[in-house]
Amino acid sequence: MTATQDRAAGEAQKEIGRDRRRKEDQRLITGRTRWTDNITLPGMLHLAMVRSPFAHATITSIDVEAAKSSRNVVAVLTGTDLADTQGVIINAWPISPEQVSPTHLPMPADRVSFAGEIVAVVVARTPAEARDAAELVDVEYDVLPAALDLKEAATDAVLAHPDLGTNRSATWQFDSAQAGTGGDVEETIAKARDGGIVIEREYRQQRLIPAFMEPRSTVVDPTGEQLTMWSATQIPHVLRFALAATTGVSESKIRVIAPDVGGGFGGKLQTTPEEFITFAVARRLGKPIKYTETRSESFLACHHGRDQWQKITLAAEADGTVTGLKVELLTDLGSYNALLGGGTPVLGAFMFNAIYKFKAYQFNVQTVLTNKTWTDAYRGAGRPEATFAIERTMDELAAELGVDPLEIREKNWIRHDEFPFTSVCGLTYDSGNYEAATARAKEMLGYDALRAEQQRRREAGDRVQLGIGVSTFTEMCGLAPSRVLGSLDYGAGGWEHASVRMLATGKVELVTGASAHGQGHETVFSQIVADRLGVPFEDVEVLHGDTQVAHKGMDTYGSRSLVVGGEAVVRAAEKVIEKAKPIAAHLLEANVDDLEFAAGRFGVRGTDQGMTIQEVALATFAAHDYPEGIEPYIDAESTYDPVDFNYPHGTHLCAMEVDTETGAVKMRKYTCCDDIGNVMNPLIVAGQVHGGVTQGIAQALWEEAVYDDNGTLVSGSFVDYLLPTSADTISYDTDHTTSPSTTNSLGAKGVGEAGTIASTPAVVNAVVDAVRHLGVNDIQMPCTPERVWRAIHAHDGDAPTPADAMPHFEADALNQDPTDGAGQ
Amino acid sequence: MIPVQFDYLAPTSVEEALAALGEHGDDAKIMAGGQSLLPVLRMRLNAPEVVIDLGGISSLRGIRDDGDALVIGAMTTHHDVRDDSLVKEHALLLSKAAAEVADSQIRHRGTFGGALAHADPAGDLGAPALALGAQFVIAGPGGTRTVEAADFFVDLFETAIGDDEILVEVRIPKHTGWGAHYEKFVRVAHQWPIVAIAATVKGSIDEARVGLTNMGSTPLRATATEQALAGASATEDGVREAAQLAAEGTNPPSDLNGAADYRQHLARVLTGRAVLKAAGA
Ligand SMILES: Cc1cc2nc3c(=O)[nH]c(=O)nc-3n(C[C@H](O)[C@H](O)[C@H](O)COP(=O)(O)OP(=O)(O)OC[C@H]3O[C@@H](n4cnc5c(N)ncnc54)[C@H](O)[C@@H]3O)c2cc1C
Repeated sequence: MTATQDRAAGEAQKEIGRDRRRKEDQRLITGRTRWTDNITLPGMLHLAMVRSPFAHATITSIDVEAAKSSRNVVAVLTGTDLADTQGVIINAWPISPEQVSPTHLPMPADRVSFAGEIVAVVVARTPAEARDAAELVDVEYDVLPAALDLKEAATDAVLAHPDLGTNRSATWQFDSAQAGTGGDVEETIAKARDGGIVIEREYRQQRLIPAFMEPRSTVVDPTGEQLTMWSATQIPHVLRFALAATTGVSESKIRVIAPDVGGGFGGKLQTTPEEFITFAVARRLGKPIKYTETRSESFLACHHGRDQWQKITLAAEADGTVTGLKVELLTDLGSYNALLGGGTPVLGAFMFNAIYKFKAYQFNVQTVLTNKTWTDAYRGAGRPEATFAIERTMDELAAELGVDPLEIREKNWIRHDEFPFTSVCGLTYDSGNYEAATARAKEMLGYDALRAEQQRRREAGDRVQLGIGVSTFTEMCGLAPSRVLGSLDYGAGGWEHASVRMLATGKVELVTGASAHGQGHETVFSQIVADRLGVPFEDVEVLHGDTQVAHKGMDTYGSRSLVVGGEAVVRAAEKVIEKAKPIAAHLLEANVDDLEFAAGRFGVRGTDQGMTIQEVALATFAAHDYPEGIEPYIDAESTYDPVDFNYPHGTHLCAMEVDTETGAVKMRKYTCCDDIGNVMNPLIVAGQVHGGVTQGIAQALWEEAVYDDNGTLVSGSFVDYLLPTSADTISYDTDHTTSPSTTNSLGAKGVGEAGTIASTPAVVNAVVDAVRHLGVNDIQMPCTPERVWRAIHAHDGDAPTPADAMPHFEADALNQDPTDGAGQ
Repeated sequence: MIPVQFDYLAPTSVEEALAALGEHGDDAKIMAGGQSLLPVLRMRLNAPEVVIDLGGISSLRGIRDDGDALVIGAMTTHHDVRDDSLVKEHALLLSKAAAEVADSQIRHRGTFGGALAHADPAGDLGAPALALGAQFVIAGPGGTRTVEAADFFVDLFETAIGDDEILVEVRIPKHTGWGAHYEKFVRVAHQWPIVAIAATVKGSIDEARVGLTNMGSTPLRATATEQALAGASATEDGVREAAQLAAEGTNPPSDLNGAADYRQHLARVLTGRAVLKAAGA
C-alpha cells in the first residue's frame, strides 16, 4: 500500500517506455523451466517415427514384426492401424473455392508425397529403444516420379498427387481496377511502353527453413478427464480446435498447453502430423506419450518458408514517377496445403505497392503442389516477399534513370502530410513519416561519405568494391480485423482476448490469449497492466498458453500480440477500474462521480481521502461491505477485434563490400530507423530489430533449402544449411522515429517481423550496387560468393550467369501468363 | 539423435588400446576428441559395437622438441597446438591452421591426431601437415612404423592407418623462422573450408611450401607453385604467375558451396594472397 503511495508521489516513472529486463529470461536462458521435452509423466512411453526416404512413392508393404519384438517396444502402428482415429491436418485458408488440395492424413497408409513423411510409429519405453526399433521397420515402396522443380511442376509435367489431375492448387488475384481502388494495370503498362519506362524482372525467393532453437516436442496425457497435450507450438488454441474438429473428441475434453516454447518464427504456427499421431497413440494405448523430434527431422518435416518465383512489371513515366505495378507469383506449397498454405503469399498481396503512390496495381498468385516439404508462414509471411520485390525493382528503376535510389523513392513515396493515406489496394495507412526516418538513417550511415568512397573505388578499379543498399519498407501488421479475414475466406477471426484477475492480496493475474514463444509478452504486458492499474510491475503475473487458463485466444504470429492482444489487455484493465469504482465509492462513502483514478488509487476529488485498487480487491474478496445491486467481483475481460491494421515502416541502409576476385561479400555497416509508433520497451524492441534484421540478412546471404533431383533435402543439417552466428554479423545502428498508430490506444505498431521484412532487399541491393558498373543487375539469393563471382564474370565468356539470375519474360515463360487460371 | 548402443572402453596405455582393438577388430572404433566420430554415431551413419576412448592415455598428449623435429602427440587438442610456443617458433603454419578449426569449444575437444586420422579432405590440418612434410608414427600389433605425409593420405576419409593400428604421434620437421599463413575461405565462420591454402615461406622468398585443402580427395601440395616461388619477390607481381599454377593437378568437388571450376579459381587467387601474407608482405 505504502509502496503504491510512494509510486504515486514519484509518478514520473511510467512502466511503458521503460527498458525493463525481461522477467522471463532467467528461467528461459538457463533452461530450468518447462520446455515440453522436460516434461516427464509416470509411465510415459516414447515415440520414434519411421519416415519415407522417397519424395513420392506407393507404400506396397510394411513389415513391423522385427520392430515389435525389439526390446521394450510396446506397439508399432501404421497408417492402416490408426485409420480414422488420427484426424486430418487442416488448411484454414482455402484461397479460392476451386482450390485443389489433397487430403492430408498425419500418417498416410498408401502413398507418400515428400521425403520425410511418416509411414509408421514405434512406441517404446525409452526414446533410444523406440529409435532402435524404428530402424527395424521394413517398408517396401514403389517409387513414383516426383514433381520437384516449381516451374516444371506448374506445367503438370509430373503430378505430385496423381488423383488430383493437376499440381495447380489455386489462383488468387487482386486487381485495382476491379476493386475500384485504382486504374487498369495493363493499360498503364501499355502506356509506359510508349515513351515511359517499363522495368521487368524476375526474382527468386528461395526456400527457407525456420530453424527455431527448440525442436518440436509433444506430450499427451490421456489419463485424466481431459486429454492433455503439451506442445511446442505457437498456437495452442488453434491446435485444440483442429484436434477436436477432426478426431471427434469433444473440444471440452481436450486441453492444450504450450508451456515455454523456444522460438517459432512461424515454424510453430502449424498443426502437425507429429502432434496428431502422438494424440492418437495416447488415446489408443491409454498411456502418456512423448515425441521429440531430432534436428534432422525438424529440417525434413517442419514446414519451410518462402519459395516463390516473382515476376514483376513496373510502369513509370519517363521522369521516374511510378504508375503501375503487376505482380505474378508462382509459389511452392510443397506436398500439402498447410494451415495457411496459399494464404501466406496472399498476406503479401497488398504490400507490393509498399510506400509508393501507384495508380494501378494487380497481384496474381498461382500456388503449386510439389513433392517437397510443405511450406507456410515464416517470419514476415508474405510481406518479406513483397518488400523484396518492390525494393529491388525500385533500385532497378533508379539505375535505369541513373539517379540515386533514395531520390527515386522520395519522388514516389507518400509524403508525411498525406497521411492517413489510402493505397492503391484500398488500405488506409494510419501514420508515418518516411522523410524523417530516411533522413535519420542517412545521417547514421554517413550516406554521402560512403557514396563518395564508392565512386573513388569504382574509378580506381579497386579489387574490393563498395555498394549501398536501400530498403524503405512498410508492412501491415496486427492480424487482423475479423471481417477482413472473413472477406478473404480465412477460417477464423483475428480478435484477441485478455482477462485481468484481481487477487485478494492485491496481486494481479493477467490472462492473455496471445501465447508467447520468446517475444517477451510477460514483461511488456506486465508493464501495460502496471501503468493502467497503477500496481507495481512485480505484482503482475502473466498467464498464457494453457487452454484451461487462457480459454480464448488466437495466439501469436503476424506481429499481432501487442497491437491486438495488448489492446485487449488495456481494455480489460479499464473495465477493472470501472467495476472497482462503485465499490471504492461505497467504501469511501463518496459519490462515484467524485472519484478520480490515478496511479492506482481512487481519490475523492478535493480531499485527501482515497484507497488503492489493491485495497478494493481485498475488500471485494472479503465482500463484507459492497453496494446493493452489483456483484462482489472486479475481474474483467475483453475480446478485442481490431478495427484496422497498422503500418510500421522504416528506412534500412546497408553498405556491403564485394571482393571482385572471389565474390566474397562483407557487411561494412547497417543502419536502420524504424517507425513502430510508441515503444513499450526499448530493450525488447532492440532485440526484435536486431534479431529480425539478422534473419533477413541470412536470407540474403546464407540460407537456402536445396533438394536434389530425387527430392532429397541436401541441406538437411546445419553443416549445409548455413545460419549466421554473432561471428558472422556486425553490430547494427538502430533508431526510431515515432508516428503513433491511430488504430489502437497504445499507439503501437508491430515490430516482430519488421527487421526481417526490411533487411533482405537492403543487403541484396547493396551487393548489386557494388558491382552494377560491372554489368550486373541481379544476383540470386542467397548471394553466395560463387554466385557473385559468376555474376561479375558473366560477360567474360568463361563463366556464364546461371539462367535463374537473369530476367526472362518470353511469352511462354512460366508464372501465370500461359494459363487461363482465375488469376488472369 | 541417439546413437546405437555400444560398449565403452577407456584404456590407459597404447598397448592396452591396441589389445582392445585386436580383440574387437572391425566392431571397434577409436575415439579421440569425438568431434567427428560422435556426430557420425548420433546420426547413425556408423554403429560400432565398441568405442575405445584414447582420452585416458596421457602419453599421447603433448608437444616436445626432438632435435630437428617437433613431436606432437595424437591426443593434443587443436587449442593446445594453436597456443604452443614450440609450434609457434618451429611450425607457425600449424598454429595458424589450428586457430581456424571450427570454434573454441570444438578446439578444446578435437585433437590433432583425430583430425588427421579422420582425413576429411575439408579438414584444416591435413594440408599444413603435408606442406610441412610431417611424418606419422603409427603403432600396431607388430610395433611402430613411420609413414611420410605423401603416403599417409590415401583417399577421402582414408589413411595409411590399418584397422588394427593407432596413430600415436606426428613428427613435424622444424621450419624455424618461416613465415606462415592459413587462408581459409568460408561463407560463415565455424565452417569447414570451401577451399583453404596453407602457405609457409622462408625469407621473402627463398623457399615456399604450399598445401591445398579441399581441392581433391586428399590434401594436396601445389608443387608447381612451390617451384615457381623459389627466388620470387614477395610482391603481388612477383607471386602472380606462381599462384596461377596452384590449381594444377587438382580435382576439387562440386557442391552447394561451389563448383569445381570456381574452387580452382579460388585456389589461384587465394594462393597468391596466402603466400604474400606468409611472407609478411
Ligand atoms: C561443428 C563442427 C565443426 C567443425 N569444423 C571443423 C573445421 O572447420 N575444420 C576442421 O578441420 N575440422 C572441423 N571439425 C572437426 C574437428 O576438427 C574434429 O576435432 C576432428 O576432425 C576430429 O578430431 P577428434 O579428435 O574429435 O576425432 P574423433 O572424432 O574422435 O575421431 C575421428 C576419426 O578418427 C579416428 N581416430 C581418432 N584418433 C585416432 C588415432 N589416434 N588413431 C587412429 N584413428 C583415430 C576415429 O576412429 C574416427 O574415425 C568440426 C567438427 C564439428 C563438430
